[in-house]
Amino acid sequence: MKRKIIDCRRLLCPMPVIRVQTAVESLPDGAQIEAICTDPGVLTDIPAWSRINGHKLIEAREEDGEYIVVVEVDHGMQ
Amino acid sequence: MTKQRKAAALISGGLDSLLAARVMQEQGIHVEGINFYTGFCVEGHTHAIRKKDRQKEKRNNALWVAEQLGIKLHIVDIVEDYKQVVLNPKHGYGANLNPCLDCKIFMVSKALEWIKARDFDFIITGEVIGQRPMSQRKETMPVVADESGAEDLLLRPLCARNLPETLPEREGWVDRQQLHDFSGRSRKPQMALAAKFGFEDYAQPAGGCCFLTDAQYSVKLADLWRARGDKQYEMDDIMLLKVGRHLRPAPHFKLIISREEGEGNFLRGYRHQYPHLTTVSHPGPLALIDGDVSAADIELAARLVARYSQGRSEEEVVLAFTNIEGHQKELKVRPLQPHEIPREWVI
Repeated sequence: MKRKIIDCRRLLCPMPVIRVQTAVESLPDGAQIEAICTDPGVLTDIPAWSRINGHKLIEAREEDGEYIVVVEVDHGMQ
Repeated sequence: MTKQRKAAALISGGLDSLLAARVMQEQGIHVEGINFYTGFCVEGHTHAIRKKDRQKEKRNNALWVAEQLGIKLHIVDIVEDYKQVVLNPKHGYGANLNPCLDCKIFMVSKALEWIKARDFDFIITGEVIGQRPMSQRKETMPVVADESGAEDLLLRPLCARNLPETLPEREGWVDRQQLHDFSGRSRKPQMALAAKFGFEDYAQPAGGCCFLTDAQYSVKLADLWRARGDKQYEMDDIMLLKVGRHLRPAPHFKLIISREEGEGNFLRGYRHQYPHLTTVSHPGPLALIDGDVSAADIELAARLVARYSQGRSEEEVVLAFTNIEGHQKELKVRPLQPHEIPREWVI
């Protein structure tokens, strides 16, 4: 499974969402994006963005003061 | 078979854009949302930085609106391009440094580029005549349509019946009679329409969703431009203006002093870009120094930072000064007393 890691540390929402959105555009269905963030807002914003746009949220968790959100790409809605 | 018409809705996260999009959906139009990120958006930032604000429930209102409507939302980063709007607004500023009319023109022009690239048919906004003193007046409505280049591709569903017909109305893509004729500052028509659609819990930001409408923020931005002798800014500048206590003891430098733990953590992220002060002998804030400082300036800055530490009443407070190369030196200073801090230092 292809997984792309994007570093969103120090970025405040909605910038991490925009980074995920940009990464999704160039990835095929089934690929995963792991966003590593420091703004806790990503735990609600990236899942909301994923629901709206039809992508699958794999996980959203806190780990050592950072926030990790993994999204699986699904362009099916488009 | 008739073609499915598609509209891009400018979604701010407030009630008006929510209603405008829903009015279009009621007429069978396929709607997708665009939310522009300028860097000055209030949404989220202070919540992320200030620890006490984290207790409040957090949501991005534009995403929330899109979810209520069941539409896709495209968040577009316009930070760089938006600088020309903030720095040189053709139509000037509002009460503060808010270039609302130029902002609206710019966003509609960006939306026009967006719909052309994606084969959408027209643009909708939640504008209401008379709702806002600068950008939403009877005289400015055609200015936005003309100067953005959108012209009759721009439809305002909430006040369309007070305006000339647009292309979607003339072509019969939408029924003008089912559009609205709202005007003025009253929110009652919007609230009634929200109730009709079953929307509750929508956002009603008092000063809009932009830091540039905030008087205190605008004063800090104007101070930044004056001090640098140049009307420019970078993303870090506008972020830092949202954080901490800003004091300028001399024209050539200012201090950004954290007010609580969350702000201290946020400012710590800038410690490799700015010289900074931390207290050693007592709990206290972290302060970034913006400007070129002499030894005497550092001493003054340290005394000022000591004033905001828990050692403020002591004879001596120990602080650490760290330059951007990471070299550290210790300072022992007497905290400034309140009467020694001129009011004009506070930005």
